[in-house]
Amino acid sequence: MSIKQLSVFVENKPGKLLEIVKNLAESEINIRAMSIADTKDFGILRLIVSDTQKAKEILSDDCVVTVTPVIAAEMSDKAGSLSSILEDFGYENINIEYMYAFTASTELGAYVVFRVDDNDAAERVLKSKGISVLDSMSI
Amino acid sequence: MAQHYYQPEIETASREKILEIQNEKIVKQVRHVYDNVPYYRKLMEEKGVTPDDIKSVDDIKKLPFLTKADLRDAYPYGLLGTDLKKCVRIQSTSGTTGKRVVAFYTQEDIDIWEECCARAIVAAGGTNEDVCQVCYGYGLFTGGPGLNGGSHKVGCLTLPMSSGNTERQIQFMMDLGSTILCCTPSYAAYIGESLADAGYKPEDNKLKAGIFGAEPWTEEMRRSIEKSLGIKAYDIYGLTETSGPGVSFECSEQTGMHINEDHFYAEIIDPDTGEVLPEGSKGELVFTSLDKEAFPLLRYRTRDICVLTRKKCSCGRTHVKMSKPMGRSDDMLIIRGVNVFPSQIETVLLNEGYTPNYQILVDRVNNSDTIDINVELTPEQFSDKVSETQAKEKALESAMRTMLGIGPKVHLVPPKSVVRSEGKAVRVIDKRKLHD
Repeated sequence: MSIKQLSVFVENKPGKLLEIVKNLAESEINIRAMSIADTKDFGILRLIVSDTQKAKEILSDDCVVTVTPVIAAEMSDKAGSLSSILEDFGYENINIEYMYAFTASTELGAYVVFRVDDNDAAERVLKSKGISVLDSMSI
Repeated sequence: MAQHYYQPEIETASREKILEIQNEKIVKQVRHVYDNVPYYRKLMEEKGVTPDDIKSVDDIKKLPFLTKADLRDAYPYGLLGTDLKKCVRIQSTSGTTGKRVVAFYTQEDIDIWEECCARAIVAAGGTNEDVCQVCYGYGLFTGGPGLNGGSHKVGCLTLPMSSGNTERQIQFMMDLGSTILCCTPSYAAYIGESLADAGYKPEDNKLKAGIFGAEPWTEEMRRSIEKSLGIKAYDIYGLTETSGPGVSFECSEQTGMHINEDHFYAEIIDPDTGEVLPEGSKGELVFTSLDKEAFPLLRYRTRDICVLTRKKCSCGRTHVKMSKPMGRSDDMLIIRGVNVFPSQIETVLLNEGYTPNYQILVDRVNNSDTIDINVELTPEQFSDKVSETQAKEKALESAMRTMLGIGPKVHLVPPKSVVRSEGKAVRVIDKRKLHD
């Protein structure tokens, strides 16, 4: 079960990120999780928000935005839980493009967002390990 | 497709026959200009050339050039070649680059011009059974009057719509069953969109061909217009200085425009040295009017960059073909000694699926020229993975290197971030000029 992430192309210049988050704030869209990948010229902002469709519409006026399905897996709060998942992804030859961590608004705690080349395979691995993944409803 | 010609004898004449006509006309024309246009006579005297030196078209290279600046200097009557009482009309340019150019016509000049346009209409499949909708502007602009006259000569039912009022264009097109559309390519694209918005499918109209010119357009734009209107789209070229549209036109092969060589002698020159270049070379197009009486320009530099070819054409026409202009000599950038045209960059972008929204930044760092191209990203080209987006930049750089012969740096930028002035994008920022 994947969740929807917004990927936004941002120029690597002062004030550009502010414009985006300000736009979201004005429309009362809550940012649940975020990460930025940067290069010399541009950055790619990855967002998980309270209303993906609305956020996409708002940002599309000025930005290039795409919706990417990603997997948010629950992390138990103990050493070795991430390495155990990555080990199994390795066995299954699932390649991770990028990942980042966040805390969800549930009482469960920490999550890691995985962007992989094969969502179905990743979900199978997580399920077999008894790790729950978030659906779009629960965030 | 069966081939039809408006004037088959001349349009399919042998190379020898065309040369014979040209040689006879140029001797007469140079004498006419020398005797009647003091402005050009002075230029000839400065170069030490007399009409006796011009015995055939091979001698045209001895003649001085005329440029847009000459036309401004000589405005309005300085290049007039005949008594005003013999002139029956003027046409004029838009004047966007300075003073307007005013061109004069005798009745005979107009007849020849309209014949040239008639050749273009017949080459696009036009006959006296066609309904020809002309939505180029009428008035001072040559587009409307030229195609209107050509359409009359062919015997088409002519709809003198002029430009604008798209709703009325569509109503006449559908009610009267227009079969040929003449307008600028951008207006054709707009009509196509408007037809779709009004709920019409491409097969609902009766159009079979379009004759589009007066502004630069790409092969991609041709395909998109052909699809949206369900037609074959033909290019036409001309300029007010030589008459108007119809100096050259496309045939069924759609691989370049046949120049009406019995009326216009074409040369390709090096824009920097003025030297005449051999067939197949890319350079500035220069026209000599062989028989215009009222406004007889010799060796007029068009500033359009193109290539001429005499390769045999499947349509049967023998007149030399010119490529679509690849840019303007005054747009040309010289970067590390290589000639670069913004239009080449535009072609790469359209081929690679980008919009033609870009900006070229030229600078000089440590005595070496640098070229950076900012390209607006489209949602289709965007990936959430950094590596893929960077790979797009690299792919564009490599395509640019192949096209330009030098390697620019490409930077993807967000849409609408390329600086625009009055709706038109500022294409080139050359910072080198600041250091001179």
